[in-house]
Amino acid sequence: MTEARTTGRVPVCAEVTVGEKLPAKTIHVDRARLVQYAGASLDRNRIHWDERFAKSVGLPDVIAHGMFTMGSAVTVVSDWAGDAGRIVEYGVRFTKPVVVSYEEGADIEVSALVKAVDTEERRATVELTAKSGGQKVLGKALAVVQLD
Amino acid sequence: MPVNADFQGRTYPPTKPYGVSAAKIREFADAVGSTDPVHVDAEVARARGYADVIAPPTFAVLIAQQCDRQLITDPEAGIDFSRVVHGEEKFVHHRPLTAGDSIVGTLHVDGVREAGGHAMVTTRSELATATGEPVCTATSTLVIRGGE
Repeated sequence: MTEARTTGRVPVCAEVTVGEKLPAKTIHVDRARLVQYAGASLDRNRIHWDERFAKSVGLPDVIAHGMFTMGSAVTVVSDWAGDAGRIVEYGVRFTKPVVVSYEEGADIEVSALVKAVDTEERRATVELTAKSGGQKVLGKALAVVQLD
Repeated sequence: MPVNADFQGRTYPPTKPYGVSAAKIREFADAVGSTDPVHVDAEVARARGYADVIAPPTFAVLIAQQCDRQLITDPEAGIDFSRVVHGEEKFVHHRPLTAGDSIVGTLHVDGVREAGGHAMVTTRSELATATGEPVCTATSTLVIRGGE
């Protein structure tokens, strides 16, 4: 076996408590990252990489794909869950854009905590908070994890 | 209203099969920063009980987007794509998307409503294997900004 960065060790339901905080993370985004995500996701909308175009449609600057923010934020949950396949539900509301300047890029600060535990189904509902530039960029961000 | 309200309740025919590849999973996982080896190492994935490498939780957007495109590009729907903003997204995974899957998506238009001068369209893409095994339900809310 090769040494893995994620062990695959999934939290045991009986040991998970409501209010438990997951390890937080700050995700740095720059233009190169957005181009990479545009290619991977096939969402090539110019507002995500072309500053002149973004400003011409009234945006303050290039903005990150909402789906990039959603997809990168949930790594906080998959790291904790030990296995990305344990995330059985995940939904968000896109409340504010992540504005990505040429010089500094942007930081997305992600934290998460356990809101509910269903001992019958062995599932935990985790609420995520994602902020950039002091504003909440995701709302109603909830992930359901299948525990052991 | 900038969207044809008669579209509520409409269902589109299933899309052409989308082949989930290990290469696209790796590319997508890299782009969102999901470092779980289950996305790239088939041996790790099999040890966790999966048939092959599995996709990150938001990968399904690639297929759901193809489904949504049917509605957005339907001239009768009257949607101006340049005014579309992503409002909400949710995935319910019946099992993880796995390399080697061939997935068809069926688009349902669950809701068309107006709020604050904007039109809100809620779509649901039911993703399943060609043999009908349900894999993921993806729900999107698209906001079509009203004109001035």
